[in-house]
Amino acid sequence: MANFEYFLYVAMAVLVLSIFLCLWRITHGPTAPDRMVGIDILGVSLVSFSVLIALLSGRGYYMTLALAWALLAFIATVGLSKYLEGRGLDE
Amino acid sequence: MSEIITAILIGLGVLFNLFGSIGLVRLPDVYTRLQAATKCVTLGTLLTLTGAVIYGFSGASAEMAWKSMLCIVFVVITTPAAAHALARGAYKYGVKLKEPTVVDLYQEVEPQQVSIEDDEET
Repeated sequence: MANFEYFLYVAMAVLVLSIFLCLWRITHGPTAPDRMVGIDILGVSLVSFSVLIALLSGRGYYMTLALAWALLAFIATVGLSKYLEGRGLDE
Repeated sequence: MSEIITAILIGLGVLFNLFGSIGLVRLPDVYTRLQAATKCVTLGTLLTLTGAVIYGFSGASAEMAWKSMLCIVFVVITTPAAAHALARGAYKYGVKLKEPTVVDLYQEVEPQQVSIEDDEET
């Protein structure tokens, strides 16, 4: 059991590294769509991060957080890409 | 036993997340970055969620497992749709394809209007 918890901590460390790579792309990306790709990938990575927190703490509501975060990241990405196309949200 | 399977799935998933983020940093273009990062990170998140399903059904909490299955459905539906909308938005916004690109079939359907170089470097 203790080995499993240590493994979860190591997995969270690797995931934090990949989240920092996404943040590097968000800050350095030369164009605006680059930054949005970074934000999208950051959202999906945070879903799996909160799954790891749920496994570590054994509380079910972190899974609800992951669920809500997946839907909100999708809505944000679609809305911003419609904005990049230069059109309204209803077309 | 279920902890070992969960650990293998989560390890693979986290490694795929890391590879996708490395592709996000290393590749030269918006479109290549988008495809590499989206595919790898989707697969990684699905493997992590599958590990959570197995861990939940093997006795930890069935609530967590059901929510993970719902989350798998949402991620499978939403992430490719978001990536497609984002690629289309980037094309319409006017991001040029980088030099080694061979073919651009979308150009024949609908020519790219604005074309910008790398805009403001902050």
